[in-house]
Amino acid sequence: MASISLKKLNKTFGALRVVHDIDLEIADKEFIVLVGPSGCGKSTTLRMIAGLEEISGGELIIGTDLMNDVPSKDRDIAMVFQNYALYPHMTVYRNMAFGLELRKAPRDIIDRQVQEAAKILDITHLLNRKPKALSGGQRQRVALGRAMVRNPAVFLLDEPLSNLDAKLRGTMRAEITKLHKRLDATFIYVTHDQVEAMTMADRIVVMKDGHIQQVDTPQNLYDRPVNMFVAGFIGAPQMNLLPAKLTQEDGRFFALVEDHKLPLPQNFDRSPLAAYEGKDVILGIRPENFHELAPADIDPANTAPFHAVVELAEPMGSEVHLNLIAGGRNLIARVSPRFRSKIGDRVSLVADLTNAQLFDPQTERSILY
Amino acid sequence: MTLAHPALSDNQTDVDRKRKVRVVSKRRRRVENALIAYSFIAPNFLGFAVFTLGPILFAFALAFMHWDGSNPMTFAGLDNFWRLFQDKSFLDAFWNTIVYTVVSVPATLICALGLAILLNQKIFGRDFFRTALFFPYVASLVAVAVVWNMIFNPDMGLVNMVLYTIGIAPENLPGWAADRHWAMVTVILFGIWKSMGYYMVIYLAGLQGINSELYEAAGLDGANAWQKFIHVTVPQLAPTTFFVTVMLTIQSFKVFDQVYMITQGGPGTSTLVLVYHIYNEAFISWDLGYSSMIALVLFLLVLTVTVIQFRRQRED
Repeated sequence: MASISLKKLNKTFGALRVVHDIDLEIADKEFIVLVGPSGCGKSTTLRMIAGLEEISGGELIIGTDLMNDVPSKDRDIAMVFQNYALYPHMTVYRNMAFGLELRKAPRDIIDRQVQEAAKILDITHLLNRKPKALSGGQRQRVALGRAMVRNPAVFLLDEPLSNLDAKLRGTMRAEITKLHKRLDATFIYVTHDQVEAMTMADRIVVMKDGHIQQVDTPQNLYDRPVNMFVAGFIGAPQMNLLPAKLTQEDGRFFALVEDHKLPLPQNFDRSPLAAYEGKDVILGIRPENFHELAPADIDPANTAPFHAVVELAEPMGSEVHLNLIAGGRNLIARVSPRFRSKIGDRVSLVADLTNAQLFDPQTERSILY
Repeated sequence: MTLAHPALSDNQTDVDRKRKVRVVSKRRRRVENALIAYSFIAPNFLGFAVFTLGPILFAFALAFMHWDGSNPMTFAGLDNFWRLFQDKSFLDAFWNTIVYTVVSVPATLICALGLAILLNQKIFGRDFFRTALFFPYVASLVAVAVVWNMIFNPDMGLVNMVLYTIGIAPENLPGWAADRHWAMVTVILFGIWKSMGYYMVIYLAGLQGINSELYEAAGLDGANAWQKFIHVTVPQLAPTTFFVTVMLTIQSFKVFDQVYMITQGGPGTSTLVLVYHIYNEAFISWDLGYSSMIALVLFLLVLTVTVIQFRRQRED
């Protein structure tokens, strides 16, 4: 049983506070991803859980035990480092066996554990090689294997895929997810890549400047971001955030963006909208909510025509990312590759407001959630 | 008989001529490039040839000659070589050099590594201690040898005073440089003290090059401080240790100055080392041929040991 509790966890380096009062409950066998830009405190938080950084304040509880002052080796955790941290002078076998050797495990058990992990990770043929004779992907597997052989209750992974090329990263992402299901352990995974976070996590913790911004499932984070940072960070290309004014006509709310009058869905909570009537807001529309033609499954009442000038078209194969300018504002639309447009063309799209977001321009917090 | 078309033939000649010109100009360019390159290395190479290569070759030749520096040289064949085995001073010097090397190389290495590990921690006065320990290496040997002689003076030196204070009877106090049993110990201690600061700096550089994640990984694997030292630090420092060992070995085989300053090879032959013996034979006895033979033996000794060290390093 390895649930983890962070209670008002703090980290300071001298006068600099890098992690601020973090509260987080991680369930047993959960796959949690800490995500955020560089310097947001995600790796420091992970390292405090690992025991590699001293905890400046607050409590870390693994299972039922307070772990603040327990040495790393006694926390029943294993960690996979960004640069793998394999012992260069040891073979793959010894790299994996080392932890068990230090714990004086019987030789036959060590051998069984190493062989089993190697088989799962498909590195049996590499056991006699040294790390320098391995590719990046193979080293990553060995690092995972080293973590696996000890059967820890918690796996800590610090940006483990950031040194791999895009294709391999995709493969390893799937492998780590499968490994989590197979090992039945708690995984805490740090990344700055929101795609990794979205595809792997049971829940994502979005961090910025040492503060947790939002903790939720990937889909909820995408659909219901609590502030502009989360809205902008999750999703690629990122959500368009357009300054707008909120108005009401005939009992219906509209967002005025330059010369566009965009109808807000009727199912939006009316009371917060009423509070912002006549005021400036930030309207968030995801790039995929701009269409060349209104799709049939969308309520036409929630759509409006949107005119913009094409600044750049980025063909991605399955879709095209149109970089647009509307009223001096830049925005991005994801459209079908069938949509033909040239740089400088004035295009008419359909904006779908069904999943639109509204934020307070001062606090940057969501008006809706 | 076939007649070549006149126009075709002219064309062919033209092409041949152009090709020839191209080949010649290519060759000339290559020669020019080579000359430019040699002109760059010439000053250095000439200096090396005149002041290093020439004397080395001359010393090799001299090992098979009789020469006192003033009278004409005579060919000695292997006389100088056979003489080595009858020369008790040479045998003593050979043995003393081996003893000095076998003791001082590991001792200096351990001291340098220990200090480097200590001064790689965030401790109070770290920079001061780093400088203080490096100081003997850069200080004038003559000056520090005088101070060393005073500190290790058997009658009123600081070391014996301290030993006396802690209860060692006057008759049991070491005679240091004046005692044939302690003289080599004194020279070795001096050598360690003088060079450990330099090798400490090299080890510090090596330690700072070790990826700190390896220690973290070892900590998570369950290693204590000693196990981290054995399983991370020592293997990661292997290239540094190899360099330090080779340099220290060569330096130890060549030891001369501290022997000259502290014991002058004595008492008796207790601290006579090979280079000191070469110096005695060459510039006291003026037997330049024989001293060159000893130098040749020393060269072969250093070469053999260094080759063995390189082989072992490659096997590792």
